[in-house]
Amino acid sequence: MTEPLVQIHKLTKHFRLGIRDTVHAVDDVSFDIRPKEIVGLVGESGSGKSTLGKTIIGLHAKTAGSVTFAGRRLPFRFSTSHFRKFANRMQMIFQDPYSSLNPRMTVGEIIAEGPKLLGTKGRVKIKHETREWLERVGLNADHVSRYPHEFSGGQRQRIGIARALILEPDFVICDEPISALDVSVQAQVINLLGELKDSLGLTLLFIAHDLSMVRYVSDRIAVMYLGSLIELGPADEVFFNPKHPYTQVLIGSNPEPDPKFERSRTFTKIQGEIPSPVNIKPGCRFASRCPKVMDVCRKKAPELRNIAANGKERLVACYLYEDE
Amino acid sequence: MTANSLLQVSNLHVEFTTYGGIVHAVRGADFHVERGETLAIVGESGCGKSVAVQSVLGLIPIPPGRITQGEAILDGHQILGHQTIEGKDIRGNRVGMIFQDPMTSLNPTMTIGNQIAEPLKLHRKMSGAQAKKRAIELLEMTKIPEAAKRASQYPFEFSGGMLQRAMIAMAIACEPDLLIADEPTTALDVTIQAQILELIKDLQQEVGMGLILITHDLGVVAGVADRVVVMYAGEILESGTADEIFFAPSHPYTLGLLSAMPTNRRDVVQTLMPIPGSPPDLFSPPEGCGYAARCPQAMEACVANRPTQFTVSDSHFSKCWLHHEACEHRVLEVQQV
Repeated sequence: MTEPLVQIHKLTKHFRLGIRDTVHAVDDVSFDIRPKEIVGLVGESGSGKSTLGKTIIGLHAKTAGSVTFAGRRLPFRFSTSHFRKFANRMQMIFQDPYSSLNPRMTVGEIIAEGPKLLGTKGRVKIKHETREWLERVGLNADHVSRYPHEFSGGQRQRIGIARALILEPDFVICDEPISALDVSVQAQVINLLGELKDSLGLTLLFIAHDLSMVRYVSDRIAVMYLGSLIELGPADEVFFNPKHPYTQVLIGSNPEPDPKFERSRTFTKIQGEIPSPVNIKPGCRFASRCPKVMDVCRKKAPELRNIAANGKERLVACYLYEDE
Repeated sequence: MTANSLLQVSNLHVEFTTYGGIVHAVRGADFHVERGETLAIVGESGCGKSVAVQSVLGLIPIPPGRITQGEAILDGHQILGHQTIEGKDIRGNRVGMIFQDPMTSLNPTMTIGNQIAEPLKLHRKMSGAQAKKRAIELLEMTKIPEAAKRASQYPFEFSGGMLQRAMIAMAIACEPDLLIADEPTTALDVTIQAQILELIKDLQQEVGMGLILITHDLGVVAGVADRVVVMYAGEILESGTADEIFFAPSHPYTLGLLSAMPTNRRDVVQTLMPIPGSPPDLFSPPEGCGYAARCPQAMEACVANRPTQFTVSDSHFSKCWLHHEACEHRVLEVQQV
């Protein structure tokens, strides 16, 4: 197997709330991202998927654990010089195309800001590349002097993509890049990301809550619940044969645009809602809502382990599969 | 369409005067809902789906809004421009409403129980104690645990899913004939969405009310709708039963929407087909078909002439020139994909 591009090892991110309370946003998460693959990261809001993405890329300092990128261990806390050093290796595309672009800068300034700050390219070259990237993401090169408000949501997301990719990174974290867009425009942005991924050889961590879309784009799917990684495996395996009771519920609640399927659906509803991530109790985090909960689940959290035979990968953190 | 539909809206036109000019938000909408039936109004943001329903109930600000044409008959009574039927309020009484964002739709300075009791006191002339008792019953109906305790809490103490349940309790408090749910689950996670949709379906069957569900999510539509209306650029382009819309779409826009979203059939390797471009500017809506500029099957006739309504079956209508007898072979092309 090829050397992973990103290795996430026991990564933990806690936020302190006053003296007594701690938010366990990401707890002890370990997985690898291989070169040129797309890993989809799903989970409900509050499950820590965005925090995980931001901690990997250095936007949050780590509480514990490490991230290794292309064989080099990333610093515990990023300084300005670290960001500069890694800017052309790792980039991020943000969820909200309305608030993630500076309204006082022209589109040309927004896209050119990265290469300008890096200072490895001349002004003329940057100007040329900015125009080139606008065309590449399906906008008009003559729009460089326009402001973000003159563009629609889908067009703004394309600007966000151009801003991230003009630095020619190897690894891009897409944090809900299509959630704010209409269906017909979502497909435009997804197909654009797919084309650029192929032509540039990108590796992507695709964070989203739309399960069908995640299955469509991803090679592997990782499922998070309340800060911990509970399942990871090939996209179709996880989608069609979910192992963890939470993944089963999540996929069982995913609406399908197919009335016949919906009528025949047997509901695997769960009661209640995702609990607060403040001062989490020991044991499995899903225990309070799990339809298959056992005594052991409440005592000690299950570890993520491989349950597939013959060298395949199918990671699940659940006591139901401990003996297999 | 039957003579005694619960709600019958015909030829509705709504405009808004803005600094940029007049926005033609709804340009001739016809739809109807029967008792006990679920009608889904689907469309992308800005297509006029919310405005069409809100203007019928007088929920749009006038001015800048203006209903220029059309009529809306609720249970045999004209309601456009009216607040009451035979002296009784329409909103909150005959028609209940659930909004998209429960966090901002509830009053943060009133307890949940008092907010639910408010329509009961207003429309049913209940006393404070009666209304409070009923409010707790309603919270129990919407499956909120510890209803009595929850009734005396404020909205900030509720999660998004619980607030949406409280909104539903308020909307059905006066046993309305018609419930309007405007993107009721858009702000919620899928597991909570499934719970809320199930709750709405159960209550609808229990109370026997008509339901208009406004949404952009075709997955949600497939799960709950009996009939579907597809809106685009202020017009209704296609309407039919859920099965007709999903399995035999007869408008290129509906087909485009369905091909732009992933389905999960294990045996099918799918490539998403995006709809190129973006919706037209409703300051100066196109003369012909609103979808012509993005339609892969657009003809010369589509640009200049607005399509009339063609009948596909008794319950299935499409506004597309492809159904004109002069181009019958192209209709088949649509339906086969």
